[in-house]
Amino acid sequence: MDSTQTFQVFNRGPSPGARLVFFAVLSLLLMFVDARFRYLESTRSALSVLVSPIQHLATLPGALWHQAGDFLVAQNRLLEANKVLHRQHERDSAQLVQSQALLQENQQLRNLLAMQQRNQFSVQFAEIVYAEIDVFKRKVLINKGGSASIQAGQVVMDDKGIVGQVTRIYPWLSEVTLITEKNHAVPVQVLRSGLRSIAFGAGNTSQLSLRYMPVSADIQKGDVLVTSGIDGLYPPGIPVAVVEKIERDPAYPFANIICSPVGGVDKHRHLLVLSALPALPERPQATPVLAKPGKAGKN
Amino acid sequence: MSYLDQAHPEIQRPVSNMLIMASVLGALLLNSLPWEGLWLSLRPDFVAVAMLYWCTHKPLRFGIGMAWAVGILADVSDASLFGQHALSYTVLAFGGVVLSRRIQMFDLREQTTQVFFILLLTYAVYALVHWQVSGQVAWTYLLGCLTSTLLWVPISVLFQSMRQMRVDRE
Repeated sequence: MDSTQTFQVFNRGPSPGARLVFFAVLSLLLMFVDARFRYLESTRSALSVLVSPIQHLATLPGALWHQAGDFLVAQNRLLEANKVLHRQHERDSAQLVQSQALLQENQQLRNLLAMQQRNQFSVQFAEIVYAEIDVFKRKVLINKGGSASIQAGQVVMDDKGIVGQVTRIYPWLSEVTLITEKNHAVPVQVLRSGLRSIAFGAGNTSQLSLRYMPVSADIQKGDVLVTSGIDGLYPPGIPVAVVEKIERDPAYPFANIICSPVGGVDKHRHLLVLSALPALPERPQATPVLAKPGKAGKN
Repeated sequence: MSYLDQAHPEIQRPVSNMLIMASVLGALLLNSLPWEGLWLSLRPDFVAVAMLYWCTHKPLRFGIGMAWAVGILADVSDASLFGQHALSYTVLAFGGVVLSRRIQMFDLREQTTQVFFILLLTYAVYALVHWQVSGQVAWTYLLGCLTSTLLWVPISVLFQSMRQMRVDRE
């Protein structure tokens, strides 16, 4: 606007071009710092206090809609659901008694073998506030944050299996990266054969892929993948995915294995946050460094 | 279609800063409604269109710096990379400010074509940054550019009428 004029009557500050360059460089700098160093998390959570009233307001219509739906639900549907849940509860409690007995037995055996005990996890309930926040990302926001002592890295699951992992904490919200996010990795184990692998998110579809599995690997369609627990972050034995499709092409060293997640990654509103990160065994003591032979020779 | 044929919408009415702030905050609110699936791709960027209106109609009151600040807020609310929205909104505001004289010459129908290219550039910058960072682009994202362009006429008419209301009350 002013940049075309040779002389200005009113001083209107720097020209639009100069401003564009200034703010563009500032943005690029911020992006670089945010992507590489993660220095800006505190700034982000401070600014989120400004934005969170807007976010809460935005979720209000949806929450009211759900409440109205809960209020107007028909009685026979409730009765039906209650019956189904009762039946499931009876079935589950029978299994629970069995599994408690197994747990006891497992603990005793582990004691006998002097192995490390498996940790018990306590869970926190959380509700999804936003299902998707961006076309590009497979992330959701849940309604528990730093104030509910959620920590980054905690594992999020629903009643069936792993859903994702807490990646960013705000005061009242936290961001959960779904396991289907591109390049998100979960260490898994094939339940049938005990084969270990890593399940990567495939990006924009609700699929996972197993990479670097040799063509000859013992894996079949319908195999259940559970967390292996080797990473020390995911508790072992929680279902992650079911193998859907295997393409074995001898031209490639690795098989192309597509799985679909077991948990309702983009279905449910209620999630469980495993509220204690597993206690890792202490780091082994560093072995004392022996004197180098060359130096010893000099002495 | 009297609005569309209005070549020169009489003398520009004064605008209070309150109206500008409220409209941008309202747009942020609309953006952060829980859109899902295809609706999320089709969701127009309300913030971008609202800011473009103010950049073209009041370039001295709402400029590149303001757009950048709003972009930072949008980054926080979207949990996107810090500066990603800020960069694309900076480009948007630059386009709006530089072309403000030209855009005000046109009627709403002709403005829409001009606005489309500014919005396309804005969307492209955002997608480009995302592509650089994560190596993939969801092409459905660019659909939002079309719906945003379609939003230009209703938003212009709405803001114009809100500016007039304020005068009528006095």
